[in-house]
Amino acid sequence: MKYMTINNRKVAFDDEKNVLSVIRKAGIELPTFCYLSELSTYGACRMCVVEDDRGKIFASCSEEPKDGMVIYTNTPRLQHHRKMILELLLASHCTDCTTCRTNGACILLKLANQLGVNYVRFQNNKPKLPLDYSSPCIVFDPNKCILCGDCVRTCTEIQGLGILDFAHRGSKMRVTTAFDRPLSETACVGCGQCRVVCPTGAITVKQNIHPVWKALSDKDTRVVAQIAPAVRVAVGDKFGLPKGENALGKLVAALKLMGFDQVYDTNFGADLTVMEEAQELVEKIESGDLPLFTSCCPGWVKFCEEKFPELRKHISSCRSPQQMFSAVLKEEARMDTEEKRKTVVVSIMPCTAKKAEILRPEHRTDGEQDTDYVLTTTEITRMIKEAGIDLASIKPGTMDMPFGLSSGGAAIFGVTGGVTEAVLRRLVGSYEPEDLEAIKFTGIRGNDGIKEATVNLKGREVKIAVVNGLKNAGIVMNGIKSGEMYYDFVEVMACRSGCVAGGGQPVPVTPQIKAARTEGIYEIDDEKQIKISSDNPFAMALYDGLLKGKQQKLLHNHHE
Amino acid sequence: MLDQKYYDTADEIIAIHGADQSSLIPIIQDIQTEFRYLPGELLSYVAEKIGITEAKAYSVATFYENFSFEPKGKYVIKVCDGTACHVRKSIPILERLYSVLGLSEDKATTDDMLFTLETVSCLGACGLAPVLTVNDKVYPAMTPDAAEDLIEELRGAE
Amino acid sequence: MQRISSAEALNQVCQSAKTKIDACKCRILICAGTGCLAGGSGEIYEEMCRLAKDNPDVEIDFKPEIACAGLPGHGLEEEARAAVEKIAGARKDAEAEGIKEEDLDDFAVKKSGCHGFCEMGPLMRIEPLGILYTKVSVDDCKAIFERTVKNGDIIRELLYKQDGIEYARQEDIPFYKKQTRVVLENCGHIDAEHIEEYIARGGYQALVKTLFDMTPEEVIEEVSESNLRGRGGGGFKTGYKWSQVARQPEKQRYVVCNGDEGDPGAFMDRSIMEGDPHRVLEGMMIAAYATGAQEGYIYVRAEYPLAIKRLQNAIAQAEEAGLLGENILGSDFSFKLHINRGAGAFVCGEGSALTASIEGNRGMPRVKPPRTVEHGLFDKPTVLNNVETYANVPGIISRGAAWFKSIGPENSPGTKAFALTGSVKNTGLIEVPMGTTLREVIFDIGGGIKNDGTFKAVQIGGPSGGCLITPQLDISLDFDSLKKMGAMIGSGGLVVMDDSTCMVEVARFFMNFTQKESCGKCVPCREGTKRMLEILERIVAGNGKEEDLDLLEELADTITETALCGLGKTASLPVKSTLKLFREEYLEHVVDKHCASHTCTSLRRFVISPERCKGCSKCAKNCPADAISGRIKEPYVIDNERCIKCGACESACAFGAIHIEW
Repeated sequence: MKYMTINNRKVAFDDEKNVLSVIRKAGIELPTFCYLSELSTYGACRMCVVEDDRGKIFASCSEEPKDGMVIYTNTPRLQHHRKMILELLLASHCTDCTTCRTNGACILLKLANQLGVNYVRFQNNKPKLPLDYSSPCIVFDPNKCILCGDCVRTCTEIQGLGILDFAHRGSKMRVTTAFDRPLSETACVGCGQCRVVCPTGAITVKQNIHPVWKALSDKDTRVVAQIAPAVRVAVGDKFGLPKGENALGKLVAALKLMGFDQVYDTNFGADLTVMEEAQELVEKIESGDLPLFTSCCPGWVKFCEEKFPELRKHISSCRSPQQMFSAVLKEEARMDTEEKRKTVVVSIMPCTAKKAEILRPEHRTDGEQDTDYVLTTTEITRMIKEAGIDLASIKPGTMDMPFGLSSGGAAIFGVTGGVTEAVLRRLVGSYEPEDLEAIKFTGIRGNDGIKEATVNLKGREVKIAVVNGLKNAGIVMNGIKSGEMYYDFVEVMACRSGCVAGGGQPVPVTPQIKAARTEGIYEIDDEKQIKISSDNPFAMALYDGLLKGKQQKLLHNHHE
Repeated sequence: MLDQKYYDTADEIIAIHGADQSSLIPIIQDIQTEFRYLPGELLSYVAEKIGITEAKAYSVATFYENFSFEPKGKYVIKVCDGTACHVRKSIPILERLYSVLGLSEDKATTDDMLFTLETVSCLGACGLAPVLTVNDKVYPAMTPDAAEDLIEELRGAE
Repeated sequence: MQRISSAEALNQVCQSAKTKIDACKCRILICAGTGCLAGGSGEIYEEMCRLAKDNPDVEIDFKPEIACAGLPGHGLEEEARAAVEKIAGARKDAEAEGIKEEDLDDFAVKKSGCHGFCEMGPLMRIEPLGILYTKVSVDDCKAIFERTVKNGDIIRELLYKQDGIEYARQEDIPFYKKQTRVVLENCGHIDAEHIEEYIARGGYQALVKTLFDMTPEEVIEEVSESNLRGRGGGGFKTGYKWSQVARQPEKQRYVVCNGDEGDPGAFMDRSIMEGDPHRVLEGMMIAAYATGAQEGYIYVRAEYPLAIKRLQNAIAQAEEAGLLGENILGSDFSFKLHINRGAGAFVCGEGSALTASIEGNRGMPRVKPPRTVEHGLFDKPTVLNNVETYANVPGIISRGAAWFKSIGPENSPGTKAFALTGSVKNTGLIEVPMGTTLREVIFDIGGGIKNDGTFKAVQIGGPSGGCLITPQLDISLDFDSLKKMGAMIGSGGLVVMDDSTCMVEVARFFMNFTQKESCGKCVPCREGTKRMLEILERIVAGNGKEEDLDLLEELADTITETALCGLGKTASLPVKSTLKLFREEYLEHVVDKHCASHTCTSLRRFVISPERCKGCSKCAKNCPADAISGRIKEPYVIDNERCIKCGACESACAFGAIHIEW
């Protein structure tokens, strides 16, 4: 064990990769804008500067910890420099904090308060740049960008997309797309991971709150909500609930108070997805038309279309749980002759890309858009607050039936490997604890970016890859393309860790918070009596009812 | 859409330097030398050929001062404003040229595409300060009047 | 050129090339550095070549007695006789070496690199006597050919004169006499476009010595022992750097030469690359051998097209001669060299930005560690030195570390090249032992202040450097002494300023430069330099406040202590240093709105003399700011609050009634 002295206190460390990590381990919250442990060290914000015993000042994010080091994190010189850096940033930043969407989560504002920056001695003479509203998923406001590069590195290093990059240099430097094109004209998949890491309001979720409030207040409209698996373990974040706690009941109660007519579970849709996808896999194994790629993540689907169009045909024809469920809900509404009101389906999602998914042409039935609006967890959080509801103290409510019932297999769609695990459960079809455990330990759980498993299905070894993060998806796709890799079944989630860390979830999304949410998801599964989708009685009833003869129309996409 | 010959030239240039990320700068330098500017379409084309994202190529091209997405004039005049030239009064020369050519800091090229006026931080010809260059030919010990005469001379040669 | 496949073969090439040069009866070296080319030396070269071509059978009769006629006291006579003997001797040697008579030149015209005395260009050196003609024009060529070439008659009008003395020989001119030329020893003396000329002067012998007589460890040991410190500005110990690369486990390694000399007012590296490119190549090859590198890159500023051309030419010739490529000189050592042209970014002079640029990225410095010696170019261990550092290496190997250490002070041995510019009589490129004082450089070599002005300050180290003033003229020019004074040697730009220079404006100028060249990555440099520039612009425009000076210092402190890279850290040095040395001048601008050196035009006042004014109203009509008022036929008045100091009124007045007050 090695030691360093931080603010006259001896701190042990072993394999921390930089001094900053040791400082934070010691419980000192050194401020940063550009340091994220999952990304490469950029070292641009200079907020994490520390002073050593010889008076040398250096950035702790990029210094190797050495045994016997003596450092100070809060000397008057450092305080002065940090305040000056903040003052400089604030001087070039717009000051519409009161109306900023990131108000409450803005790290710039938080640190300015925390460090007591009470005046700005410079004038902001930066020309105002236009906002990019072109994406249905996110809004980009260059005026609020502090050039920390977190989004650029996330888009490149984690997602392998490189849609956003720096352009120009010096005081003219900006984060932008190639040739400053609107995001809608780029290969942006709308995953929203850039928004998750943005410390200010430069990248925010495209808001759909207003039309939803309008629908809710319209007597001639029936508003139906569906809640995605990963929302329930994150929605409590901004209400002081423990991280990762399942707040589904409270959310249902809040939605009812806000005027939603029915509140259903997207997990029900996930059960349908498991049924369809398991069947497709069996058919493909039999016909040998493999590999089969999952289709529930719209970020991934767009990625595959943009970057690997030649592999597009391997994506499952199954619609995503959201789209299967919305199609069913709308079909049901159309069949209901007694219901005179218009039905609006609002899905509450952890995901920004879902906002783009609902606009795709294949997701319209009989000329009608299946899902009307997507609200991300952050938007529903805001609406709950706007409605004056305290989620923490509200009494939990219950989902409406029949679409409120779902299996444990559906619940775990919110984490990487969940779809695969649910499909395997369905295909193995066993409730024996050892069988369930066997599936769990095939290697599909956990936080690795590319996980591999081999299972025996129908007397055949089936090779599976579970991928999260689009950069990893690119690696696997290139491997498949070149023939260096072979898999029968590939699950891809665009976001690292899966939907729990989706682009529409409350921030921050630290590794610890991701872990807590993942744990929350698995707990929900553990508590479920029904583990396998095919045991969802209401889902099965649907096949004999509404879905009869309409399985293809409502649950599958028909490309080409 | 650019003429096919632009893409053919780009292909030749890429072949010389190799389709590799580290060749990006030499490739677009040669393209710029060839066409006197860097057509955006070709930058995207090169990015695809050498396997980098378009945003990255744009990011690199906008970082360096030498690259211009706007076609430059036939004569590129660079007025040196390095220390030695500055001390020996280079700014009045620049101002005179701006006024003679009807250009400004925001408008670098004349409408007839004959002249582009730029400043450069140091040409390393400090002993001859103040200097300017026209298409890399150095003109030493300039004055505002001499600069104006030079413009007339170049115009006359057209 | 034939492939040279062994050390002996190189010796033979050296010997015959040397003999050929020595046997030449008259050899003219026309400076083809950027400076002289701009002065028309290219045309002079063409003209001399034409004369040579038109007169193939020219009879060259070098008569010592004519050469010295009219130039008594130059001691030329004896030397001239010795030269005649030497030529005769070389001709005999040629016969012995089997060189045919027709392969020997009587008269040769060569293009050389920069001679350094740029102020007096275009320059022409005539051997064997080493006569230097200054400010030569095309019109002089005929006379030079008829008189000097044909029979050695010296044209006195073309000689350099100082304090009533004419100097015939280049080496006697005070500008050269006080210099010690080590890295520049060949600059101006050889034809930079022919490898034989470099070889003739002992070129590539150091490489031979390393390849065949020394182990890589011994090479590093020798360089370490010499205490050579990086000439790029940092002064980092070269031998130590090499040893760190050599001990990396990764075997793929690179040698990179930083030729991105971006400091305004510095052109030492350019002159070396243009004038003696093979010396740089040889230095890099020795570094590669010592550190086990297989490939090298030279990164040259785009603004140096001639340097790029000469280096490309040198590499091609070295490859052809087998001095680059596989199994150099028959040894196991192989080395490949590439040239990368910069694309216009000063920050690429910073090591990690430079390697990023070679890799095809934005030239943004990155955080360290990891250091370049561990993870440099393409993430491999990399030796990164600047041009002048590499140019020092062959000398250290050939003559030994002890010789090198005998020049200059112990902690900063060797020589340093400087670009001497600004308000000094003899601008140009110089090389002096480290430890020479500023006074010697500015007054003895530079000849003092131009137009007999008064010395005010010298700016050293470019935009990352500071100013030194009269009391500091006697400090020694070396890494450590300058650092103590809050300045730095930088790459070696010396800009001399006289009392007509406004130091606030100088600070603004440098801040404008660094601000424009900031890569934009780290907050203190990107935002801080912008704010410092704003304040300085405010001050020179007459809108400064006293508290602005404190704010400047505050900003400078934060930038210096927190910026990411070396350029950022030193960006505020010119301001810090002028604030310290010339605070009065700042206060004058801020409080009295006065610029003593009459530089800051916004601080001048236009005044109408009532006694001269005829009241014609022309000034008022020409005023774009409506600042002039009055009644016809009565004296007009300028409202200085509204006046924008454009001077339109002054040029409009037909009666000279408007004058400027400072």
